[in-house]
Amino acid sequence: MASTRGLAQTRPIDWARANLFNSWWSTAVTLLLAWGIIRALWGFIGWAFVHAVYSVPHAADGAPDTAPCRAAQEVGACWAIVPEKYRFILFAFYPYDQQWRPALCVVLFVALYAVSANRRFWRRELGLIWIATLGVVALLMWGGVLGLPYVPQYQWGGLPLTLILATLGLAVAFPLAVLVALGRRSTAMPAVRLLCIVYVELIRGAPLIAWLFMATVLFPLFMPAGVDFDKLLAAQVAIILFAAAYLAEVVRAGLQALPKGQSEAADALGLRYWQKTRLIILPQALRLVIPPLVNTFIGFFKDTSLVLIVGIFDLLKAGTTAVADPPWQGFGNEVYLLLAVIYFAFCFAMSRYSQGLERELDRSRRH
Amino acid sequence: MPLSLRFAPGLFAGLLAGLLCAASGAAHAQATQQPTQQAAPAPAAGSPTLAAVRARGQLNCGVSGDVPGFSLPNSQGVMVGIDAEGCRALAAAVLGDANKVKFVPLNTQNRFTALQSGGIDVLIRETTWTLGREAALGLLFTGINFYDGTGFLVKKALNVTSAKQLDGATICVQPGTSTELAVADYFRSNNMKFTPIEIADLQQIQQAFLSGRCDVYSTDSSALATFRYTQGARAGDFILLPELISKEPLGPSVRKGDDKWFDIVRWVGFAQIDAEDHGVNQKNVDSHMNSQNPDVRRLLGVDGDLGKQLGLDPKWAYNMIKQVGNYADIWDRTMAPLGVPRGRNNLWSHGGLMYSPPLR
Amino acid sequence: MAQVDLSDPRFPGIHAGGAPRRHVRLSWSDPRLRNVIWQVLILGTVGFVVWYLVHNTSRNLEARHIAGGWGFLWQPASIPIGETPIAYTPSVSSYGRALAVGILNTLKVSAVGVLLATLLGTAVGIGRLSRNWLLSRITAVYVEGVRDIPLLLQLFFWYGIVQALPGPRQAFHPVAGVFLSNRGIKLPQLDWAQAHGLALAAFVFGLLATFAWSRWADRRQARTGRRPLTWPAALFFLLVLPIGVWAAFGAPFHLDLPALRGFNFQGGLTITPEYAALLIGLVVYTATYIAEIVRSGILAIPRGQWEAGGALGLSRGVILRRIVLPQSMRVIIPPMASQYLNLVKNSSLAVAIGYQDIVSIADTTLNQTGQAIEGVAIIMGVYLTFSLAISSFMNWYNKRMALRER
Repeated sequence: MASTRGLAQTRPIDWARANLFNSWWSTAVTLLLAWGIIRALWGFIGWAFVHAVYSVPHAADGAPDTAPCRAAQEVGACWAIVPEKYRFILFAFYPYDQQWRPALCVVLFVALYAVSANRRFWRRELGLIWIATLGVVALLMWGGVLGLPYVPQYQWGGLPLTLILATLGLAVAFPLAVLVALGRRSTAMPAVRLLCIVYVELIRGAPLIAWLFMATVLFPLFMPAGVDFDKLLAAQVAIILFAAAYLAEVVRAGLQALPKGQSEAADALGLRYWQKTRLIILPQALRLVIPPLVNTFIGFFKDTSLVLIVGIFDLLKAGTTAVADPPWQGFGNEVYLLLAVIYFAFCFAMSRYSQGLERELDRSRRH
Repeated sequence: MPLSLRFAPGLFAGLLAGLLCAASGAAHAQATQQPTQQAAPAPAAGSPTLAAVRARGQLNCGVSGDVPGFSLPNSQGVMVGIDAEGCRALAAAVLGDANKVKFVPLNTQNRFTALQSGGIDVLIRETTWTLGREAALGLLFTGINFYDGTGFLVKKALNVTSAKQLDGATICVQPGTSTELAVADYFRSNNMKFTPIEIADLQQIQQAFLSGRCDVYSTDSSALATFRYTQGARAGDFILLPELISKEPLGPSVRKGDDKWFDIVRWVGFAQIDAEDHGVNQKNVDSHMNSQNPDVRRLLGVDGDLGKQLGLDPKWAYNMIKQVGNYADIWDRTMAPLGVPRGRNNLWSHGGLMYSPPLR
Repeated sequence: MAQVDLSDPRFPGIHAGGAPRRHVRLSWSDPRLRNVIWQVLILGTVGFVVWYLVHNTSRNLEARHIAGGWGFLWQPASIPIGETPIAYTPSVSSYGRALAVGILNTLKVSAVGVLLATLLGTAVGIGRLSRNWLLSRITAVYVEGVRDIPLLLQLFFWYGIVQALPGPRQAFHPVAGVFLSNRGIKLPQLDWAQAHGLALAAFVFGLLATFAWSRWADRRQARTGRRPLTWPAALFFLLVLPIGVWAAFGAPFHLDLPALRGFNFQGGLTITPEYAALLIGLVVYTATYIAEIVRSGILAIPRGQWEAGGALGLSRGVILRRIVLPQSMRVIIPPMASQYLNLVKNSSLAVAIGYQDIVSIADTTLNQTGQAIEGVAIIMGVYLTFSLAISSFMNWYNKRMALRER
């Protein structure tokens, strides 16, 4: 690999011949792709930069006049919508003058992810860090103490809500998933095993939309009269139960992959079931499945966007609502692009991390 | 190691048991808090919904949250629109504070279940009053806050001047709405065919119409007028066909079985119209406090006990007008900027349909 | 390993006490008793929770004057549906029929989606391993980029793209009978005649016959070392026979060509924009996952296999097709099954862009009738059936492909 790169530095033509034009078939593919890329890039640059409208005039009462954007609608992007609407898209109904609080929460979440990703922090204290951070987030979001005005939960929205749904969902779903995975492999308790199998297969059998829908429509019916079952809570419970079923299968794969000798050795040491599970089995089994676990996390981060269907103002819903405002109707692509960049940033970071980790674990296993 | 931790499933059981205790505990707490909740069939005994709203200190109000003119957050995240103002007016009358509203955004598919399940106290979500909805869905409409009708918007380039020429057209409608039914009925009764395109998301449906995916955009004519108005210089490219194929009286609705609450929501609506009728608005309401007109004095709680009869503060209508305004105030803030003509929504004395029974 | 039962981890007490197992002592330290008690407790709790929820629900339904039951399935449904694989008239046909239309629409998009996603995903997965730098880069960017954006957002994007096509009067018209417009893709449709059905039957028969022929050739090759030619048989069975049957029945051939009449195209076969957008979105999204599965499946085959193939003088393509892919199928199939399931389940996002699948129609049904529980039960039932069908098929296929260890 290193030698190829060295060659590329000295003789680009040789590199190109080896990697782009090494046969007539390869040459055809290269030319076709190059043509496609250049055309697509050309069109995109024209739309996104050359013909784009970056700002629009405002009337005296602050009402924007989007006529310049409408004039350029077919050929150029209307980026003026971003400075006008980004705060609504990011924080939705959160009181305008208090929006530094959810912004700080987003920073806290990112910091929490960064800390959790670092293997130096993989110890018992990490759990405490998580609890502390979630506590601070709750404090910031709700307020009501330390001079922060109280902000009820129904005013939350946008990116912090997406992060809360994903983070809290996984934080609760993960321990549940471990229990379900252990339950599903339990031979001594056939009834519990059956219960876990039914739970996992039932949940995985239907799409998340159906569960979200069921949660928001049916949970209120399940509750005794007068109990106000919040829609966001219903969606969060649905996400937790849904994620737990998928994570349980990942964890189970790890448990299955662990050589039987580990369990037998632990028994030989006279460890009890729970000691054995906690000290021997789980640490190794979970280590085996970290990459698929991270991939499942990515999946659920994206899937939180489905709460849009039941009308919860997460990032995507806030974005679609922002373009329902009459002056800005029809400029959805600009907002969707912004949203895509945000989602991409989070997911790409996680997926890069997972790949790096996979390589690292592979290396350490081989040594 | 404690015994209970010896088995993973044991922990699982503990978790479930804990959840169960929490659930039944909450139910219990709720039941003791509101003993009237269980005694539903006695209408005179007071309103469980009112009691719940007061105990909560907040009105849970179902809105759409994405329809301009009715309820839509502005760039600061504040809900604006005639439905949103209806929620605020109700909160001002019931709780004395127009800001004590929790707006619950609902889509066309889950709005009724939210009301049935008690998730919201009142639904003010541009919902058409129909027999079917009252008879089958367990809800009651309290009045009409907007007279609307299903209309057709077409591109001028199609050279269509009447809905009768729409045979074979592709029509964009939102699923689960009464527009959907009205369009189907209209085409069937006129022996015409059409291809429906059903899109739930407003942004998507408008984009579909603008791009020409459908020839016709059909929804309430108010929404069509708004949509046309927002196109700015291009508004002239679209024409609203003269036919209104259905009556769409939009209004607030409540659950069946709480007559007192129904009365409150209904008369808060009428009071807005009555106030406009008597020229009492947000700006001059204080000066009307020493009005000699007995109707105005009763409305503002100076004389009589209208508030008490409803189970509200005597100043209920004053609070509402002071904090939110009468119907005209609300209209000028919400519909007028979108270019919707007052038309049938004008007062009966100005050639419209808005009419309030006397408040006495 | 005679003491295998004693080493069972869930019986720690036996290690310590070594008590005879036939004695059932009613004591907490007996692990089996403990297990039974725990299970009774857990099942009891779950049972109680279920009973409690059912009880609440029936009371709530009663309080809200909603009568349960399935009678609504036979009532006329006022749901206009744009895409109807079976005859359906709004306000005349029943809710049951509307739901059947929804199920068929879900099937229609899922089946084609699975097929196309597999093709695209396999191509991309192999492309990522290509020695052409540009191709491997582009496919990598595609996989990484598309995976990290929510499918719902992508569907919005695709729907916008499909709608940006010109209107019917300015439709793209690449070849006779094919129109591309924002009303969808219009294709000529063959007027179906009996001869076509018979020709199709002959083709299916030909397929089976070809398969049998090649099996026979395999056996003969194994016995004699010489393989009889297969292509003449394939040519005869797959081409000559069906065409002969078709010609024998009068060779009917009439195409129904789409033509612009009034507002829209009449005649021909239509692929609606909603269907196209959903299909493209699902295929493009799922293919990234399939590509990764295929790639890791190929990488799982030791390099030695490639080198051995090379030493035999086989070309890269032949090694890939005949040596590597057949082996990697064992690694590929299990995760592939779950991707297929994901595709079917993701097709429920149709509701956001106006393709009327089962979730969309069941939603409208339960909104119009108020039968929330029945509506949700229908959705669940349909997807659980799909899931069971796919996973049992893939299990069967996996078993067939599994390594036969000696």
